[in-house]
Amino acid sequence: MSKEKIKISEAMWDFMPPEYQDMVDRATYGNNQRSWKDIGSSKELIEQHSLCAGCPESIAFRYILASLPNPEDTVMVGSTGCTSLVFPHVAIQNIHSLFGNQNAIASGLKRALKVRFPDKIKDVVVLAGDGATVDIGLDMTMQSWFRGEMFTTICFDNELYANTGGQESGLMQKGFVSKMAPVGKLFEKVRLPEIAFESGCHYVACLTVSKPNRVEKVIRNAVLVAREFGPTYVQLYTPCILEIGKQSMEGLDEMKDAEAIGQRFVAKEYMTDNVKAFLKEQDAKDKAAKKAAKAAAAAAK
Amino acid sequence: MNKKVDFENRRILGSKHLKIGETSRYHKDQVYTDPHEIFFEAETKPSFVTGSEVIRDALKRASLDCFVAYPITPQSEAAALVGELFAEGYLGEYFRGESEFAVMGQCAGASFGGARTSTTTAGPGTMRAMENFPMWAGSRLPIQITVTCRGINSPLSIQPDTLEIYYLLETGMMVWHAESAQDLFDFILKGIIVAEQPDVHVPIAVCCDGFFVTHTKDTVNLPPEHMVLPPYDPYRSPVPCMDMECPPVRMMRDPFIMKSNYIHYATHASWQQEVHAAVDRSRKHANAILDGLIETENLDCEILLVSSGTAVSQGREAIRLLGKEGIDVGLVKIKTLRPFPKEEVLEATKNAKHIIVPEFNVTGWMAREIKSIIPNNERVMEGPHVCGGMTMPSEVIVEEIKKHLGLAKKSD
Ligand SMILES: Cc1ncc(C[n+]2csc(CCOP(=O)(O)OP(=O)(O)O)c2C)c(N)n1
Ligand code: SF4
Ligand SMILES: [Mg+2]
Repeated sequence: MSKEKIKISEAMWDFMPPEYQDMVDRATYGNNQRSWKDIGSSKELIEQHSLCAGCPESIAFRYILASLPNPEDTVMVGSTGCTSLVFPHVAIQNIHSLFGNQNAIASGLKRALKVRFPDKIKDVVVLAGDGATVDIGLDMTMQSWFRGEMFTTICFDNELYANTGGQESGLMQKGFVSKMAPVGKLFEKVRLPEIAFESGCHYVACLTVSKPNRVEKVIRNAVLVAREFGPTYVQLYTPCILEIGKQSMEGLDEMKDAEAIGQRFVAKEYMTDNVKAFLKEQDAKDKAAKKAAKAAAAAAK
Repeated sequence: MNKKVDFENRRILGSKHLKIGETSRYHKDQVYTDPHEIFFEAETKPSFVTGSEVIRDALKRASLDCFVAYPITPQSEAAALVGELFAEGYLGEYFRGESEFAVMGQCAGASFGGARTSTTTAGPGTMRAMENFPMWAGSRLPIQITVTCRGINSPLSIQPDTLEIYYLLETGMMVWHAESAQDLFDFILKGIIVAEQPDVHVPIAVCCDGFFVTHTKDTVNLPPEHMVLPPYDPYRSPVPCMDMECPPVRMMRDPFIMKSNYIHYATHASWQQEVHAAVDRSRKHANAILDGLIETENLDCEILLVSSGTAVSQGREAIRLLGKEGIDVGLVKIKTLRPFPKEEVLEATKNAKHIIVPEFNVTGWMAREIKSIIPNNERVMEGPHVCGGMTMPSEVIVEEIKKHLGLAKKSD
């Protein structure tokens, strides 16, 4: 979709909701220099949300949207969970259908878009909770990787079922006491990043969302690699402050603690050699484009 | 995308697709053809084929963008034959999913993305997939699924049994029930046309009785192979296509879930009503394209046999046998279970004294459907029922009718 398609006829302008007017005026579609720094200046990058105040998912969601390389031709697939409270606010077409089937939906969707638009890039990005990705939907998550489906899977890992009130999930830490784990979880946190790489993902990253630059980089990498090579997986620690008993302003500290040396969210990346070479090339291109954009801006002044 | 046409004498009311006359985007030997011409004007050729082959032959003419397959008896052969069509270049995409639950999700994804999508399943596959069907309907995805019914009971059975249809009835999908291989061919293609009407736009399950229809050979009149349905136009839809080719908007300020207030209840309630109303609105299209939602014979008889699927075929033979003994029995064949032809059945049965409802399942859901809409429903004789894969010899129907009329001993 080009920005041309969202234009409003002049006569209709006053009747359109402010969100739509803002999208026409200020959406970052088509701007290849868009970044997390645009958050706050465009309603499209989630002005409001209905998550708990201070929930790290809300900022993670914004970083992801701002990092998509091709938002005007990206379709997102969600699942049931706290994220499904945010998707209705998102100015990118997105599908919610059932709990856990997100990678099955994305498989059909990506293939349909490929058949319908063979000469156009249409990115598909899945975003779902850890319960959806690792427990109820694990079969479909992994099978899509085995099949080499060309889309990105992002998991908001808050280490529990938040939306239903904090029950045990496969990504919960061993020993953590929660609902449905009354004597503490008895088995280890599932090693999904490693499983993902083994299962055919060409690029895998696991990190917290404490640093927007880093989140932006891995999301961009994951989407570009999915386009060229095959499935990619990004797992983001977005602690459920409500269920682990933290205050609204404590999410960032929680993430920083969890990514400290020796902790379970030390940032990690896995990729094939081909992907490494591709991303290196991509970095060089990005740098050149940034430089050119800066030079053009300076010349315009 | 569409141009005006002359509606006179046309059974498929709707505008004519601009692509008509163009070569198919998938196969160079196929030409997009006006459905009216395919169904009502084209010269047909009799072919002696199995039901599985009929599923293939129908989908070959369906300009299908995507088919997702998974093996389960008795539809495995059909799903594999569609794979051969893909290899020959007749459809856009084909792959095997990992389970029926996943397959129905994959079909949904493809349909959300604007693809004309089809699949097949049966028995335990239908049950495994069940959560998807109301989701398809609520999302207004016009997916075509062929259900080749088989047992869903435990211990495991692969034999014909129509119990699974009962579970499909309130999903918000259209549900049609084919009696024969010819019906199967017609219902698949006609079902796609009806399902995709903008004022309908819901999924359609075309059911047939496994083995009896899928694995036996029958003569089916097929239109020429080069005539294919015009392609699906995903923008003639009551909901936006998820391809980012139309403007995205922040859909809601307040997501319609988990809120306990009247606005949210009302939103959900009205949408559910709309989905079922959409199924209802399919009547006018189905009526024209299927020549009525029911087929009738000799409605002036005091005894009527009313059913759907293979039970009707067996009933036809029973009626012939009874006729030889001087007992006249009329027939009502129900083609569409959803929408249920309430008015038609009411009218057709108004003078009947005995309404016999033979069924291939243990509970007799069809008899219940009929009893729930007609006056004086003690007129309905539930049965005979067979299940677990049993056949229903016409002689059994004859015997049961005679017993019911007091013309035969209750038990020998
Ligand atoms: C088939 C089905 N089973 C269970 C549920 C209930 N359910 C809704 S959200 C949810 C938990 C979601 O957890 P997760 O995926 O981790 O997302 P979070 O809310 O933690 O972000 C559950 C169990 C459901 N909606 N559907
Ligand atoms: S319940 Fe937890 S994950 Fe969900 S919005 Fe609240 S803090 Fe965030
Ligand atoms: Mg979770």
